[in-house]
Amino acid sequence: MNELLICKDLTKNYSYVRALNQVNLCLEKGKIIGLLGPNGSGKTTLIKTIAGLLKADFGEVLIDGEKVGEKTKAFVSYLPERNYLDDTMKVYETLDLFNDFYIDFDRNTAEKMLENLDIDINRKFKNLSKGMKEKVQLVLVMSRKARLYLLDEPIGGVDPATRDYILNTIVSNYAPDSTVIISTHLIADVEKVLDEFIFIKNGEIVMQSSVDNLREEKGMSVDEYFREVFKC
Amino acid sequence: MSWKFNNSKPIYIQIADKIEMMILSGEYKSGESLPSVRDFAVQASVNPNTMQRAMQELETRGLIFVQRAVGRLVTEDNSVIENRLNQKVKNITLNYLNEIKTLNIKKEDAFKILKENW
Repeated sequence: MNELLICKDLTKNYSYVRALNQVNLCLEKGKIIGLLGPNGSGKTTLIKTIAGLLKADFGEVLIDGEKVGEKTKAFVSYLPERNYLDDTMKVYETLDLFNDFYIDFDRNTAEKMLENLDIDINRKFKNLSKGMKEKVQLVLVMSRKARLYLLDEPIGGVDPATRDYILNTIVSNYAPDSTVIISTHLIADVEKVLDEFIFIKNGEIVMQSSVDNLREEKGMSVDEYFREVFKC
Repeated sequence: MSWKFNNSKPIYIQIADKIEMMILSGEYKSGESLPSVRDFAVQASVNPNTMQRAMQELETRGLIFVQRAVGRLVTEDNSVIENRLNQKVKNITLNYLNEIKTLNIKKEDAFKILKENW
């Protein structure tokens, strides 16, 4: 069995708005996958549903054969799109927190990565810049030895040089049999690290393909193809 | 430093082309071992699976081979490298000629400029 994530007929409504409409997905182990779509297309809703933070109205999600719940949270590492850490905490306290919370958290890896990023772990969270906060959160999430990583807009708020560093961090830290889902609209930046991409539009999956297959068939990049498919 | 890629070609082909250039120019010598897929992937800031595919492409081209317990080595068959190098030089030259000929300049003048700038 090589599939890690299966979504069956996933449907989610927010009162009268349909955020996800019968989403069917099957993702393999060992892949880095881009979840790409315009604003409001359902990217965050889908990721939160897979993370177990939202409950679908209909359909189910299986991760490594398990239904989403307590069990899957132990091996799914989720990076929310916004800062959720307590501003009054010091960076090393967030390391303690993760260490207590997650059995798969590797503190040494995290400390090494923070050192490479020149982030002093004795600093308080509120004294860090927006970009630095994002880096700390990504470090925390990538320092878990998880089977599935869900990264919601991991490079949204940082400069291009840091983007490259973060992408490298993802490439060099994910285990070969784990899968990474990255949601973003900065497609040109992430394209080279992706195996596959998923286009989502109005809560529906409109395409799932390998990056190089697209380039071979259409002679264009995912970024260019996105602009064509989602032309306003 | 991450590698730059264009939009029209598959990324694995562009990586294979780039590593081929490194081999043809002697940066990686005949019989020398290449970095691991993972190290190469990090160096190029690309997905390890894509790098893996690029390595397979280079094997198909006959430029590298896999040795168990050692890794990937540059071919020891120098004729392969020579052939690919000649082919590459020829292609670059033909491209140059195509473009320079559209300007209708004399062969001697073109040679002169070539020499001056070599």
